[in-house]
Amino acid sequence: MFKWLDPYAKPQRLYALCGTWQQVLMPLAWFTLLIGVVWGLGFTPADYQQGDSYRIIHIHVPAAIWSMGAYSSMAIAAFIALVWQIKVAQWAIGAIAPIGACFTLIALFTGSFWGKPMWGTWWEWDARLTSELILLFLYVGVIALQNAFADRETGDKAASLLAIVGVVNLPIIHFSVEWWNTLHQGASITKFAKPSIDPSMLWPLLICITGFALLLAALTCLRLRTAILLHEQHRPWVRDLVKESSDA
Amino acid sequence: MSIAAVFMATFRRDLRLLARQKSDWLNPLLFFLVVLSLFPLGIGAKPNLLREIAPGIIWIAALLSVLLGAERLFKQDYRDGVLEQLVSARLPLPAYVLAKMAASWCASGLPLIIVSPLLALLLGLSQPAFFAVVATLLLGTPLLTLLSALGAALTLSADKGGILLALVILPFYIPLLIFASAAVEQAAFGLPYGAQLAIIAAMLCLALALVPFAVFKALKLNVG
Amino acid sequence: MFTDVDIQLSAGDILQIAGRNGAGKSSLLRILAGLSEPSEGVLYYQAVELTKCHDDYAADLCFIGHLSGVQGQLTALENLQFWRACWQLKAADDWQLLATLGLAGLEDIPCQHLSAGQQRRVSLARLWLTPARIWILDEPFTALDQSAIGLLQAHFQQHCANGGAIILTTHQPLPMLASQLRQLELEYRW
Repeated sequence: MFKWLDPYAKPQRLYALCGTWQQVLMPLAWFTLLIGVVWGLGFTPADYQQGDSYRIIHIHVPAAIWSMGAYSSMAIAAFIALVWQIKVAQWAIGAIAPIGACFTLIALFTGSFWGKPMWGTWWEWDARLTSELILLFLYVGVIALQNAFADRETGDKAASLLAIVGVVNLPIIHFSVEWWNTLHQGASITKFAKPSIDPSMLWPLLICITGFALLLAALTCLRLRTAILLHEQHRPWVRDLVKESSDA
Repeated sequence: MSIAAVFMATFRRDLRLLARQKSDWLNPLLFFLVVLSLFPLGIGAKPNLLREIAPGIIWIAALLSVLLGAERLFKQDYRDGVLEQLVSARLPLPAYVLAKMAASWCASGLPLIIVSPLLALLLGLSQPAFFAVVATLLLGTPLLTLLSALGAALTLSADKGGILLALVILPFYIPLLIFASAAVEQAAFGLPYGAQLAIIAAMLCLALALVPFAVFKALKLNVG
Repeated sequence: MFTDVDIQLSAGDILQIAGRNGAGKSSLLRILAGLSEPSEGVLYYQAVELTKCHDDYAADLCFIGHLSGVQGQLTALENLQFWRACWQLKAADDWQLLATLGLAGLEDIPCQHLSAGQQRRVSLARLWLTPARIWILDEPFTALDQSAIGLLQAHFQQHCANGGAIILTTHQPLPMLASQLRQLELEYRW
């Protein structure tokens, strides 16, 4: 495992690699998202129960899925950072966390915009919404902790430890919120029978999910590159890089 | 055994400090009581409503008061350089951590249990509900101490301690808050609450096994 | 910070690390004390890589840094007792030791009420307690008066005669130790 990771652990090489990936991923992400969103919002048939307002799931569902995906990738990076002491993995946490937090916010906002016409309220203490809200708190904690130290490296390490503790706790929190919800609410408007989804609606949704995944990867590459430059600003290779770009 | 030696030395030293600095355990306790008496003032003297929301109030006040004392947990040893000494000598830090938490529980958890009969009077709890409060406090406050110690260790050398600690660690309190207040609520209706207690005990065991090592890691990175 | 540092320390040596402010003296000592990791390079203890024998090394090490390691709310006596209990040191006459250090009559005052020099003396009392052979001391003479400086130098001499080794930073001239003293000059560079 370590041998496999080792070549990517060198900041300079990872910087170049992320540059290449980002150049491929970013246009691909926007292209996929454009197709998915236009198809999903414009050209799918309206739902027989929910009318047009269901269309927001083309944003909501991918954002919700990848808000959790971002957290797990952050936790994996944290694990790598702590076990194999790889610095760039620590920096990756700082790169991913704000993206994940944004995805969580998007999921919460779109969820509440969908909830208004469907449930008649902006906010419902539904288990999934509550879990998503707590996920946002966890992200906020990681970001706040990372930026709270005078010494940047201590902040990175503390944040990676917190990310791991968070991932151990996530299932417990999720389970307890679900249990809490069934105890306090009983059967409510949030539990309607889910109509099986029609292929004409499924395809644009799948494309949107792929698009969000690509966007997450591309943004991570972009932010990781910035983080590498920030941490290595005194190293010769960064200075050479700056000189090159200012000469050109 | 150096593990036992470090545990006992730290535990005895911290108890001695608690005896010397009474505000360390008195202030969280007073805070707890003041917060509890603010609720009736905020929502009006409605005994039925109070009785209904009592479980939630008690537990929110308890976790805030434990959180309040947590920030100081490792601060003094960090500033004085005692922690640095322990790390440099590679003494068993988890034993030190456990001793600190045990002493801290004596300062912030135990007093809450002792004054809990007072809560029953203030909030008009029935007898079964009162027993449930005591049982959940007994199992739950050690868990609170463990989690807040983790927060304290993570934010040890941070510039802005207190609020950051709360921000980082409060989400982890949620499961305990849910199950503990549910247990009290069940008891108030005369229903069995063994399942909730068992879940809290399970969470406590899990935390007891994992948290000291996470705290150990966090302390080391803050000292290094 | 610093690069190309190559030190070898044998029994009986005293190594003074010199250099201008910010040259990395304290950072080097913290690395040697096992508190932080060098970004490059390896430490050896008795010809074994430190990562493989860190516990043995730590047991043979006494580090006193900028921070005193003295718990302010406890008295000098209680601090000594805490060290003894944690490090599992043999019982000895703590009152006598404190008197040697010029702290007679101050045994039961919380250390935070002592003067800076007196607190430093309490902190240095560890050097009389510890069986460790390697001492790493960051500015041990700070805030000490002439008599305490003399006392400490004499103690250093005795330690080296018993086969111990010392690494320290100080701007204080050390006439009593001139024969054993070696110097390492750190240069500041990016």
